[in-house]
Parts: sequence; structure tokens; C-alpha cells
Amino acid sequence: MIGIVSYGGYIPRLRLSRKVIAQNMAWYSPTIFAYAQGEKAVANWDEDALSMAVNAACDCLAGQDKGAVDGVSLASTTLPYADRQSADILATALHIREAGLNTADFTGCLKAGTTALISALDALAAGKKKAVLVAAADQRGAKMASSQEMLYGDGAAALLLGGDRVIAEFEDSYSISCDFADHYRGTGKEFDYAWEERWAREQGFGKIIPEAIAGFLKKTGTAVGDYEKIVYPCCFAATHAGIARRLGADPAKVQNPLHTVCGDTGAAHPFVMLLAALEEAKPGDRILTAGFGQGCDVLSFRVTEEIRNRKPRLGFQGALANRVEMTNYAKYIKFRDLIEADLGIRGEANPNTSLTILWRNRAKLLGLVGGKCRACGTPQYTFTPVCVNPDCQATGQMDEYEFADKSGTVFMYTGDMLAASVDPPAIYGIVDFEGGGRLLADFTDCKLDDIRVGLPIRMSFRRRVKDGMRGFSGYFWKVVPQAAEARS
Amino acid sequence: MATGIRDKVAIIGMGCSRFGERWDAGPEDLMVEAFQECIADAGIEKKQIQAAWFGSCLDEVNVGKSALPPSIALRLPNIGVTRTENYCASGTEAFRGAVYAVASGAYDICLAIGVEKLKDIGYAGLPDFASGMGLTNIQWFPNMTAPGCFAMLGSSYAAKYGIDMKDLKRAMAHVSAKSHANGALNPKAHLRNPVTEEIILKSPMVAYPLGLFDCCGVSDGSACAIVATPEIARSLEKKDFVTVKALQVSLSNGEEMSYTNWDGSGFVTAAKASSQAYREAGITNPREEISMMEVHDCFSITELITMEDLHISARGGAPKDIMDGFYDLDGKIPCQVDGGLKCFGHPIGASGLRMIYEMYLQFHGRAGERQLKDPRYGLTHNLGGFPFMNVCSIAIVGKQGS
Repeated sequence: MIGIVSYGGYIPRLRLSRKVIAQNMAWYSPTIFAYAQGEKAVANWDEDALSMAVNAACDCLAGQDKGAVDGVSLASTTLPYADRQSADILATALHIREAGLNTADFTGCLKAGTTALISALDALAAGKKKAVLVAAADQRGAKMASSQEMLYGDGAAALLLGGDRVIAEFEDSYSISCDFADHYRGTGKEFDYAWEERWAREQGFGKIIPEAIAGFLKKTGTAVGDYEKIVYPCCFAATHAGIARRLGADPAKVQNPLHTVCGDTGAAHPFVMLLAALEEAKPGDRILTAGFGQGCDVLSFRVTEEIRNRKPRLGFQGALANRVEMTNYAKYIKFRDLIEADLGIRGEANPNTSLTILWRNRAKLLGLVGGKCRACGTPQYTFTPVCVNPDCQATGQMDEYEFADKSGTVFMYTGDMLAASVDPPAIYGIVDFEGGGRLLADFTDCKLDDIRVGLPIRMSFRRRVKDGMRGFSGYFWKVVPQAAEARS
Repeated sequence: MATGIRDKVAIIGMGCSRFGERWDAGPEDLMVEAFQECIADAGIEKKQIQAAWFGSCLDEVNVGKSALPPSIALRLPNIGVTRTENYCASGTEAFRGAVYAVASGAYDICLAIGVEKLKDIGYAGLPDFASGMGLTNIQWFPNMTAPGCFAMLGSSYAAKYGIDMKDLKRAMAHVSAKSHANGALNPKAHLRNPVTEEIILKSPMVAYPLGLFDCCGVSDGSACAIVATPEIARSLEKKDFVTVKALQVSLSNGEEMSYTNWDGSGFVTAAKASSQAYREAGITNPREEISMMEVHDCFSITELITMEDLHISARGGAPKDIMDGFYDLDGKIPCQVDGGLKCFGHPIGASGLRMIYEMYLQFHGRAGERQLKDPRYGLTHNLGGFPFMNVCSIAIVGKQGS
């Protein structure tokens, strides 16, 4: 049996009510009112598709055997590099062993996530792989007052696929691939160029998804009624409902497309919706899942008894529950770099990033891997060959020690109005980890007033540099104070 | 067995430029301004200087690398000049180099000079750290500034002693108000207006919990000293000349930042360097024996905590001593007599020498309106870097034979 062994979700904490967009921009384009229901998930200023994918993957891998992973794929249409594989950065951030590992980015269209999934499952079915992590994430830009600005949300999800302790068994897949381009994003362009929505709805979503699902049912000799949950993306509510009617599916068994709670998360959306379905599934349920974009991928899974033993995680619902409303549209468009705001001369410094240092220290700088002294057991970050424990100071006894999954508490902190930041004050400080070790780091996803010494914290992977001059995106881990956890 | 530096080296002349936003002056002008005062005070000729040490910190925005800038600006006679850079201890390190050179017997007369020209960068505060922290650290250090780093101490100090932040802020405000009052008496100081604690408490937040008036001035300036053997001081007919009683430096080794034994309520380095300095100077009870201090009050919280690290206030006792006026100009141990970094200003490479300059003026009865009565020992203290990773230097000076 092969299938889904674990899953993890990441929905950024900020949510922008679509009413806020409409209130600010409907004067310019009243048609956006059509989509002004609910809210969309918005990546923080220090997040992108890759950083969100890392956080989803961490959620997915918690409690799993990372050592068994021999494949890592990342699906997205908004990866930071054209030539530097994001899946490799993802694997490094997760501190997955490099020898014997295959990595791949799946990109180029919105069904990239399901395509990555099918490829991984095919490799597992063929016995060529043992455990493959597939993450999907998107953080698509959109022009102010566009339909895309209303519809698109940011998010990520990850699936660990394998043959051991499978919670949802893979049954079969079927695909239609065609150059149906209702939109495209040319190389180097920031925004989608979209054709008339009526055409996309009727000839795209409304036609290709039902055809692909019908093809799948025919191939597998099953009926739509055999599936407890039908999962397919479509950000147009009426079209989404129309597809169910056309398939003859019970509307109660169709997964909600999540428009009102997070928006369309692009290549990640089939995964995000699948997570939502899995979180409600019981053993024996069959789930039909589709990804749409220049055709359509369809897969089915049968939920096993093992789902009762799944380890605690954020998942989709947990990530969704970590929510803070963003009420300031100007802040949103600044975070998305749609406007130019003065950062001051202090903000001009733009040193390049040494790639030799990044390579030499990749575990340390991307994976938050510190040292643990063999002689005295002290975890430490950062580290030199000489142990930091004054009673030890053994030389050359450092083993690798992962800090990314450790919780901790705030030791000291500040909120700095002088530091150049697009989200002042720049909050940072020092935290102490459970089990030992201390880290000086930026804080994120928090409010200065909520922070105090001793507050619990967790780590989150973030983009800390976006160097437009050189096209470089740099990443590190930041501290996320857990004010809500402390209250509960 | 090392015997320490006590009374082995005399300060025979000192000079200090006016500190401030010296839009009119470049670093060479500032150095000449300080040096002219210094050499006249020493009563020697430039050609008698045998070697020099030069403190500057932010060479990227200041004078550039090497010790050539003072050699050229002062037209020194092709002597050996060595640049010292150790964050905010750079000036005291220059002094240490010159003093040690004389003490070693290698030279009879040496110059220590420091300069920093900060107000050419186009924005407030110290220059951005980005290019100065090294190519590895730059890939993971937070987006931090000097006020932010020291502000963090406020949170850990308040947490450790269970002090309400309002009360801590009040003590910090007294620290700054006292320095403003002292700075107002000093014609060379950068900031010369007295400021009330109420205004200080109402000032805009720079980095929680530090407001604008909790931060020292960022200034241009230069200071220097000519040191020599006591024999030379006597041969120059210097009466009651000042000698070096102690010079100590202590550096973090990474424990504060990476190990969990540091509680964030003090500076490990300052506690160690001051203990060693008292031993070197023969001081057993600093609270009774030290007459005056110039400490590194880059931020009010730094000064507050330093009072404990110098073993003058008890641990957790600094806020009370401060509020009691113990460190005021008319208190038991006046601190920041010249206005401190807070109001005299903080041109980094010059600061350590400027502090010794005030001690020197006080010992010679030349401190004008802020003159103290019969000071015995003066202590200066620099703290460079970050609370969790820093360089601390301590100097103790006094009259020969005291």
C-alpha cells in the first residue's frame, strides 16, 4: 500500500477582509464587489511561497522519520528563483540528508501541485522511492483593484507520501493536459494577464474539470457516488457549484473551495483543500481530488484506519485558526510592494550574500542546525569548534543539533523604531530553547504589546532578504511569540 | 609576577575638541583641534613624540583604515602609529597601547588620539550595522540597531528584579536628566540644555523601552593624551601630575549569547574588568574610594546597569541609588560629570580619551563650573558592541602618590 503518510498546512496569519479591498478600490473598479465575500490569507512581508512551503513541510514532518525521505518536490508558480531549485532550499531548511535525495520543482501552471503528487506516487508505486515529501505553495501577486486581488490568497500545504503507516491509500490517477490558457504570467512579469472570466469559467473550470473527473471514473470503473468527498478548485462560486451538478455529485460531499476563509492559494490549493477534506475524513472514506490548470489532474485516495493515529499538527484548520485581521489596505499593498514608501537612508544598505559562506554553513543558515557538544551535551547556536559551556570547552566535539522544531521562551526583546523595516517596530530579541541553547533573532507575526519575558515561542522559516538588484532571496528562521498559547 | 600599571605612566598633556554636529569640520580638523590643546598642555614639541596609537571605530564612514589619517593630519614625524579598533573601547585601547609602550620602556613619550566623524552619513543614529558585522553574521543576525540591542536589557533587567517598567523608566529618566544638567555646565559638550525627567519620559519611543532621551548623542569629535614616564613628567616640572592606576579590558566569549547562564541583568565583561581594575589600582572598596566616574552611557539603561557591574551599587540596587541622587553632581560619586556620552557626545573612537580628559581636568582643578572637590580616583568605562557580546574597558586614574 502506498499513499499519504502525513500532511501539514500553512496559512499565513494575516487575513484581509475583501470588504477592505472593496472599500479602498471599488471606486476604481466596482466589479470587484462581485467577489467581496469573506477574507483572504495574506503572507506577511517576510514570507513567500518557499518560506510558507518550509513551514508547511515542518508541520508535515513533525514526528516522522526524516531519515527515510528520499525525494522532495515543491510545486508553485511563484518560486523565488528561475535557476536555483527551491526544492533543494526546502530540503536544506528541513535538514534532510543530501546523499541519495532527489529533488524537483514543479511549476509552470496551477496544476503543478497535483502533477508533483502523481509523479511522486508513480515513483513510489514503481518501488523507485520510499518516502517523498511534496509541498505546494503560492503567493501570487495581483494588481490593485483586480479580480485576482480579490480572489487570490496565500498558503501552502505538504504531503509526505510513502508505504509505511499510510493514512490515505492512493488508488489511481488520471489527467488531461492541454494548453488552455485562461491566464498566463510571462517570464519576468509580476502579474497574471487574464482573459475574460466568462470564458475561463465556462470553457475552463466548468468543462475541463468535469471531463477529467468523468475520465477518471471511466478509467477506474467507479461512480461519483463512491466518493465521500470530491475536492476540486474553482474560485468562482457558481461555477464550482455547477461542476458538482454536472457531475451529479451530492453538494454536501463537495469540498468547499475556501474562498471566504483563505482565497485561492494557486498551485497549493488542491493540497490545501485536500487537507481540509482529510481533517474531516473517517476510515474507509474515498476522496477524489483534482488540480486544474492547462488541463486537470484527478487522483483518488482511500482513508485508512491509520488516520486515527495521526500525530498532532497544525494542518489546515490549525493554521487557519491562527488568524489576525489586517485592516489597513495601505499596509497590505506596501507588504506586496505595490507602492513605494520611504525607508530612509538607513534602509539603503544592500550588501550581497556570500554564496561560499551560505554553502559552507547551509545547515546552520538555512536549517537552523546548531551544535551539541558530545562531551557535555550542551546545545548551542551559533557554535565554534570549542564548546561554549565554561565548565566544558571541549574542542572538536560538536554534533549537529536541530533547533527549528524546538519551542522556547523569550529571554529579552525590544521593538525598534530606528531599524529600517517595512513593518516597524522591528521586533527582535533573544530566546532560550527548551532543552538548552539560546538564539538572537528577529521576531515575526507578533505585536510588541503582547510580548513579555518568559512568553513561549516557536520558530518559523522566513525570507529575510529580498535583493531586487541581484534577484536574490535569502532566508532564515524567526521567532514567533505564542501569545495566544500563553493565554490559553 | 605582573605588578600592574599603577603609577608607571604619567599623563603629561591632554586635549579634546568640542563635540557635536561638527558640520564645519572634517576628522583632520577635529584631530588638530584636540592635538593643539594637548601638545600645548604637555609643553613639549611634536618631534619628542616617539610613537602613537590611534582609535577609530567605524572606518567605513569615518577616516578609512590604517593609522595614516592622524599621521597625515598632524604631520607626525614618520613615527610608528598603530590603529586600534575595538568597538566603543577603541579610544581607551589607543590609550592602553600608548601607556603600555611607555611602561615597557620601549618609549619615553607616546601619543594616544581618537577621532570619529559620524555626521557625514546623512541620517540619525549610528551607521547601519550591515556592512560591519562580517559576511557570515550578516546572513542571520536580526535587523538590529544599537538602541534596540541595549533596549533589550530593559526587558530582562525588569523581569529579573520584578520591577515595574514605569519605575525602571523613571530611574532611567533620572540618569539622563542628571547628565543633561552636567552637560549644561560644559562648554565643549554636544547637548547643553537641561531637560526634566517629565520631558524625558514623554519623549518618542526609539526602541522599547528606550525613548529619544534615553539615547546618547551621535557626535563628531576627537580627544588625545600624551603619556610619558613619571621621570619625564617631573623633568617637565609637572606638579601633582596624573598617573594611570589601572587599565583593564574584558571581552565576551560568546557565553552570554549562546549559553543560558547569563541572566541579562548586567554586563559580564564590566563586572570582571572593574574587579581587576580595582585590584590593579589597590582599591578595596570602590563605593568609598572612587571619587568620580565617566561611564559608557550610550543608553540610560546601560548606565543604570553599569553602576551594578562596577560593584558600586548592589545588584538590583542601581535604581534606588540613582533616585537617591548618589550619582548626581552633588552626590557621593558624581557620574558623567562632563555630561557623559549622553550630552558631551559619542564620537566612538574619541570617547574613551574624552572620559579620561574630564578626569584629568578635574584632577588639575580645570573643570570650571563642574569642578569637584579633591577627587582621589577617577574611573572611566567603555562598553562596545552589544549587551550579549561586547568589549569592556576600564581605566582608573589619579594624582601621582594618591
